[in-house]
This record gives sequence, C-alpha cells and structure tokens, in this order.
Amino acid sequence: MTPRTIVDKIWDDHEILVDPVSEESLLYVDNLFLTDSSSFHAFDQLEKEGFTVRRPKQIFGVPDHFASSMSRKVLDITDPDRAARIEDLEKYCKKWGINHFGLEDPRMGITHVVGPEQGITQPGKIVLCGDSHTSTHGGLGALAFGIGGQSGHVLATQCLWQKKLKQMRVTVAGKRQPLITAKDIVLSIVSTIGAGGAFGHTIEYAGETITSLSVEERLTVCNMTIEAGGRAGIIAPDQATFDYLNGREFAPKGMTWNKVLEYWKNLPTDPGAVFDTEIVLDAENIEPMVSWGNTAEETLPISGFIPDPALVEDADRRESLKRALDYMGLNPGMKMIDIEIDQVFIGSCTNGRLEDLRAAAQIVKGYKAAVPALITPGSNLVRATAEAEGLDQIFKDAGFKWGEAGCSMCVGMNGDVVGANKRCASTSNRNFVGRQGAGSRTHLLSPVMAAAAAITGRLTDVRELTKNMEFI
Amino acid sequence: MKSFKLHEGLAFPLDAINVDTDQILPARFLQKRRSDPNYATYLFHDLRFDKDGSEKIDFLLNDPIYKNATIIVGNSNFGGGSSREAAVFALEAFGIRSVIAPNFGDIFFNNCLKNGILPVVLPKTKTDQLRTLLHNNPENNLTIDLVKQTLSYAGDIFDHFNINPTAKHNLMMGLGQIGLTMKHSKVIDDFELEYRANIRAK
Repeated sequence: MTPRTIVDKIWDDHEILVDPVSEESLLYVDNLFLTDSSSFHAFDQLEKEGFTVRRPKQIFGVPDHFASSMSRKVLDITDPDRAARIEDLEKYCKKWGINHFGLEDPRMGITHVVGPEQGITQPGKIVLCGDSHTSTHGGLGALAFGIGGQSGHVLATQCLWQKKLKQMRVTVAGKRQPLITAKDIVLSIVSTIGAGGAFGHTIEYAGETITSLSVEERLTVCNMTIEAGGRAGIIAPDQATFDYLNGREFAPKGMTWNKVLEYWKNLPTDPGAVFDTEIVLDAENIEPMVSWGNTAEETLPISGFIPDPALVEDADRRESLKRALDYMGLNPGMKMIDIEIDQVFIGSCTNGRLEDLRAAAQIVKGYKAAVPALITPGSNLVRATAEAEGLDQIFKDAGFKWGEAGCSMCVGMNGDVVGANKRCASTSNRNFVGRQGAGSRTHLLSPVMAAAAAITGRLTDVRELTKNMEFI
Repeated sequence: MKSFKLHEGLAFPLDAINVDTDQILPARFLQKRRSDPNYATYLFHDLRFDKDGSEKIDFLLNDPIYKNATIIVGNSNFGGGSSREAAVFALEAFGIRSVIAPNFGDIFFNNCLKNGILPVVLPKTKTDQLRTLLHNNPENNLTIDLVKQTLSYAGDIFDHFNINPTAKHNLMMGLGQIGLTMKHSKVIDDFELEYRANIRAK
C-alpha cells in the first residue's frame, strides 16, 4: 500500500464521495464549534432556507468573542449587539439541542482552548469552526480548519465539500534554548515560509523539537498555521496526546477508549509518504521572536533591527514595508529592544492556556508592571486552576488586571481594545492593521517575553532580564 | 444566492498586497446583522474613514469616480486572515459582484463563491497591468463573462480566466449548496452508520 500521511488517512476515513467535476470531496464532520461572532449568520441561513440541524450532539456552541473580561453575566455587557449575539447563540443551541457552554459554565472559554480541554477534539477527527484559528485543534492530531461561511451547511448536513489540499511538512530538529517557547518556534516558522507561504496547504509539524513539545505547546504551534496561509496544522498523536486526553469529559471511556486508542496509534504519517513541500528548521538557533509589522511574517529575533524599505527590491514588498513602518510608527534600523510599549496583553487561543500563565507568572513574580497589563485565561477552567495555584495573586501583585476568559484583546470584539497609535506587546496571533482596535500597534511575542515587556515597559530579551534569576 | 452570468461595471484598483479580512471588515462590526442599513459603510471602514467619520481623501474608493464600483482589482494575498464570512457580506452590501486578484485567502475565496461574488484569479502581471489601466482611465467599464470565462476592459477582451466547473455552474444558477448536498442524503446516511460502527463508537 502506498505510504500515507496522517492527513491522507483522516481524509480517506471521512470521504463520503467525490464530485467528479469539481474534484471536491464530501467529508463527514465529527465536530463543529459555533462561536457568538459568526454562528448567527449560519442559523439565519438555516431558518431562511428551511433546513434543520442533523447531529446536534456533535455540535458545540461557546460564546467567546463577545464575552466580557470583567464579568460572567450577560446583563453586565452594555453593548446591546454583543449581548444579543451571546443570547442568540444560547437561544439557537437550546432550540436545536446543541451542546452549549454558556458564560457561567465552568467549561466555557475560547473555543480552541475548550475543544482540546474537554476532550472533544481527538486524534483522527475532522473538527471545524467558522474561525480561522480552528487549526489549533490539530495539535491533538485532528484535521481541523476554519470554514468561514459553511457552518450552515455543516449544521444541516454534518458534511463539508472540500477539495484536497496540498501538504507541507515542517520538520524542526534540535534542542531549543531555555525560555524559547512554542510561540517563538511558530513565529520563526511563519517568518521563514511567509504569510502566504502555505496557501492551499495543510502543514504537518514533525521532528524531535515538535515531538518534545507538551500538548499545550503543540496547540500553540498549530494555532498559527493560518498566519502562514495554511488551512490546517497537524501533529501526529503520541503517548503525550493519549495521556492528555485520558479522563477528559468528552474523551472515550472504558472499552471504547481501548478501541479508539488502537485507531489513533495507526494515524501517524507512514515512513516514505510524500509531501508537496518540505521545510526543515533548526531549533537551536531560534531566539525569542517578536513581530514588528502587520503580518506574522514580519517578525524578527529580539536582537534584530527594523528593516529598511530602501533595501527591498520588489516594489510591492517595498510599499508594503513602508506602509507597515508608517502604521507601526517605527524607523528603519531601530533596535527591537529600543521599542517602548504602552501596554501588555497575555491570553488568546494561541497563549491562554495554563502552561502559558505559569510561564508568565514565573517571570512576573516579585516585579511590578511598568505599563498597564491585562491577562485573560483561555477558559473558565484555566482561570480556576490558575487561581488554585495562586497565579492570579502573582499577577495582581505585579499590577496586572486579572480578567475573565474569552478572546478579549486579541481581536477587541468585547470592548478590550488597544487605542489608536498605542503599542501593545501581545501573546495573540495577529498583528494586522487595526486588529486590536482602530490604529492599534501589535507586537506578537511569547508569554514570557510579554511578561518581560510588562516589567520593563519596552521590548525586552527575557533571557537578559532573568539572567540572575534562580529558576533558569 | 444571486446568480452571476455576465457583469459589466466600474472597477476599483486596490494596489496593496495582503488586504486581509480585518481590513475588509474590521472586527468590531462583526456583531452587526446583515439587515443593518449601514452595513455597506462598514466595508474597508478604517481605510475609508477617519476617526471622526469623515472620508479619507487618500483612499481611492472615496474618489467619486470609484464610488459606484462593482468590481475590485486587488493584489497578492487578497482576503487572507480571519475566516469572517461577514467580510463578503460587506462587499455584497456595497454592491461588489467580483474581486480580481493574483491569489486569495482560501476561506475568503470560498466565502465569495457561496455568496454570489465571483473571485477571479489572474496572473500578477495581468492584475498589475489592469490596475494601471484603471488608475489612468477609471471611467472605462470591465465586463466579466462567466459563461465564456473572459474579462474585457473598455470593450476589448483583456484575458481569459479559469474557474472550477461546479462553482461556475452553481454561481450561474444561483444555487445554494445545502440543497445540492441534500441530494446525497442516502449516501451520507449509509456512510454515517458505517463510520460510527467502525471508526467511532461515540
């Protein structure tokens, strides 16, 4: 039998039929997540066209985008549109019998934190959501991607039309240096392959550096696949994956667990399987990475200097670079470490998990933040666990605002925005123009780098800051 | 869904690369329903308007000559980033029927097709050339003939384009996808039974 990749195997097991004309496959969908930010369009479509929900028990609604970081009560949300969208999601989920984790449910959080955390996301599944960061779930070995406007179709049919994507493998080898995180690895990958470098591809992340990552770190890597233009990121499941899932609420139990474990163990890519594109990276040389521009590709090691448009040959790129520097208020040749920041955000589906909070707390402990800093855990459960560990106290003592779970300042849809011309060191995933609020200037970085920036008030090499600290 | 067969209209050249969906529709408007009468003003909002709501003169769409544009000619990586379908709703509300670019964000591309907007992929040299023509002579119409898969500028054929035959058919007929998939209900039912028995017991 021809050697197959993990994506081939999942694809084959979900392919119902192929349309001979369009060459699109009709794929069976295991789980669909619905958020408050886009699902109302899907329900509107369903009702307008007169369809029903085929498999409500396989669908999960989680209000994350409009959730306030100040309160778990819908009544406290003053913007009527936002409150209405959260209420719409609950109303429609109730109406159709769809699983719903409301604001006050301990299982509520950012959809892409919740799916893995509750054991809904599993190896070999096809998991979809009308949100581009659905690629996150691939960290558990699921084929997961954002689907924009097709949620209505999935609700009605539990299927999706999708043309087979090209496949890229990114192999990362070598031992990473202390304080180099999954975020630095993925920012390094995106800056290497480019913001459009993985167009039309899925990316399998492989190599010893990747397999040595914790499951939470793997989720961070897969999360940012879309920033390179890739639809889905995936990492082969292994013992770490199985240990992570075992015992979670929606994970299989008993006999079913044993059966499914056998299936999962056969999912990894066969030796000799062929990829359309292969990229190899060395982790030993990866430094703490920080973005300076308006795509995640525009990222440099913290020791770097802001690039000079005059040295760029391609006219489109030169214009784009000029625009980015103008928008970001930066000058060519500036040192990254000389960039002063106005505020810090720690959270999001990229870096809002427990390990992220623990890592940031370790840096922050005993210091005071020099600039306003907001930290929003990825889920109610992450928040509760962090509080049980005393992490909230460390952040509060340092002057951080300890928020409620949700997407918050990553996308600014709940009112947590970065002001015009304000500079935010952020653990989120996008540094687009206006992403964190109109005129906002975002620098993407890891939780430990964000913590270091909060303490000094400028972009800082966390390794320098912590040179004399004992835990390193 | 609005059908698309032949469309003639004014085109707006957008030179920037990486025009992501956050720029097409800023996130703070995602809470709006499509029935909102101001929906069209949310399109490219922060590129078009200053903080006080006045029009930015340096953004070409504010030039009266382009205000009735129904076609956008863009550059590389158009519509990348966030999967928001509402970016396409904003284009539709403004009256855009087609976007032409060297390449598109995958999700955005599909969202266009599902909403009656024709995404046309042309080589970068062609889109560059077309935008130059439009900058110099904005009053000339573009004509997009989906049946013949041709694009004409000022009445002369400018280029041919490729499109997936199923997408073409559905666009021409204005067919919604759910109904089409429902024709395969029996096959889906059978597959699901077998899938549940063999792959997932849950």
